[in-house]
Amino acid sequence: MNLVRLVGVIWWLNLKMRSRSAFDGFMNILWPLFFSTTVFLMFRSTGAAGGALLSAAVGASVMGVWSSTSTTASSMLQQERRQGTLELVVAAPAPFGLVLLPITLSMATIGLYSMVVTILWGRFAFGIDIAVRDPWGFAAAVAVTVVAIGVLGFLLAVTSVRYRTAWALGSTLELPVWLIGGFLVPLAALPDWVRPISWLLAPTWGMAAIRDAAEGRSPLVDAALCLALAAGYGLVGALLSRRLVHSARVHATLALS
Amino acid sequence: MSTLRILFVGGIISYRALFAWLSPWISIPVFVLAPLFQILLFAYVGRAAGVGDDAFFVIGNAVQYASVPCLWAMGSAITGERQQGTLPLLLASPARRVPLFLGRSLPVVVNGFVVAAVSLAAGAAALGVRLPLSTLGPLALVVAVSTFSCTGLGLAMAALSLRVRDTSVVALIVFGVLLMFAGANVPVDALPAWMAAVARWLPLTHGIEAARDVAAGVPLSGAGADLVAEAGLGVLYVAVGLLALGWQERTSRRLATLDRF
Repeated sequence: MNLVRLVGVIWWLNLKMRSRSAFDGFMNILWPLFFSTTVFLMFRSTGAAGGALLSAAVGASVMGVWSSTSTTASSMLQQERRQGTLELVVAAPAPFGLVLLPITLSMATIGLYSMVVTILWGRFAFGIDIAVRDPWGFAAAVAVTVVAIGVLGFLLAVTSVRYRTAWALGSTLELPVWLIGGFLVPLAALPDWVRPISWLLAPTWGMAAIRDAAEGRSPLVDAALCLALAAGYGLVGALLSRRLVHSARVHATLALS
Repeated sequence: MSTLRILFVGGIISYRALFAWLSPWISIPVFVLAPLFQILLFAYVGRAAGVGDDAFFVIGNAVQYASVPCLWAMGSAITGERQQGTLPLLLASPARRVPLFLGRSLPVVVNGFVVAAVSLAAGAAALGVRLPLSTLGPLALVVAVSTFSCTGLGLAMAALSLRVRDTSVVALIVFGVLLMFAGANVPVDALPAWMAAVARWLPLTHGIEAARDVAAGVPLSGAGADLVAEAGLGVLYVAVGLLALGWQERTSRRLATLDRF
């Protein structure tokens, strides 16, 4: 119960902190909107309609969730270090990983603003009507995807801790995950060797679950696979974070960047 | 002689000083991998949407991505001076402003050119797009003119740096505008009329069209109109930038706001 409270309180606190800046919120929405608008214009220029357009529109709406997580999560520990709060986080009696995880979950949650705006933008500026056949399944699939992306952000934060300019890595990973995760293009369109990488990405299954629900199919299997992969990321991230903190304490390098 | 020294030596020293932090750990992800991923993303979306061919997206996105260094580095040339505390010294110097600021833009043009060239090569290799050897020379010229023109817009944005704290966000927004408007992924003729009209006044739009033409084997004279339009826009933006910088410098002195932000 204490752990659930810990995760909940940190998630909520960070969500409130991230919601304070209207400017940051605006940019979180605007940046993925540039890409989704370009994609909508591409489809509109050929008069495309139907399945491919709707599928791309659903995918475009989720792009912002990953956008709001990738760069900020990868540079999260550097930022904690710069703010002078990293030592406090490490010294807290709570497990280090459990303090970081809700922070990255809050980053992914902020991306929901972008999702809503992109759906509305597609509807009113481009006339793309995303008809959701199974609203409850859709909401559940979105929630699962947000959690999975948050956990992926946690893994990214932990693995890039020794990369001093990790923000560059996170920023670079934004587009490949959109592509390989099947946000805009069906996986079948990608080269064969890319598909195993896609299958290892939880957002791939999350996107599939969202599309399943939107088109009236059961999202359960894809959502379960998405959650299972996210749990795997969480486990690896937790083990890595313990090891890294131990190493930083032994070598007295926690404050060094 | 002094003017040439300020233009070339001053420009290079300033670039090295302001961007010494641009290590391979940053430049390779940002200037090599990110544009390659942008090319791949839009090439695959293009296949799904039935827009253009792979060469269309390789050329469009490689040239458009040059806007990252052109816009962002030019703005940072002023904000960087402020952060290092050298902006008042720079503006107190008797050096003529035109070579001073143009000199700072020359390394940025080279940076943009290299980013576009590397993206072009990497994107073409990844997607199996063949660019005949005979087209590489004209293509290099078109890319050089395009990066000059986009750096002109960057110079105009640099004037903003004398008034606002951080222009990197402005650069990000202009990058997004160029992504949508400049014809990198959607032919300008297929854009809504108002967007096409705006696009004609933006840098890179004509350059991307000219680059596609010369890559398809059209002689340079055939793409001349677009090339001249791109160069003309570049000159226009540079002139606007220099005038705006002069105006903002005078205003900053009068209002004592040079170090305020």
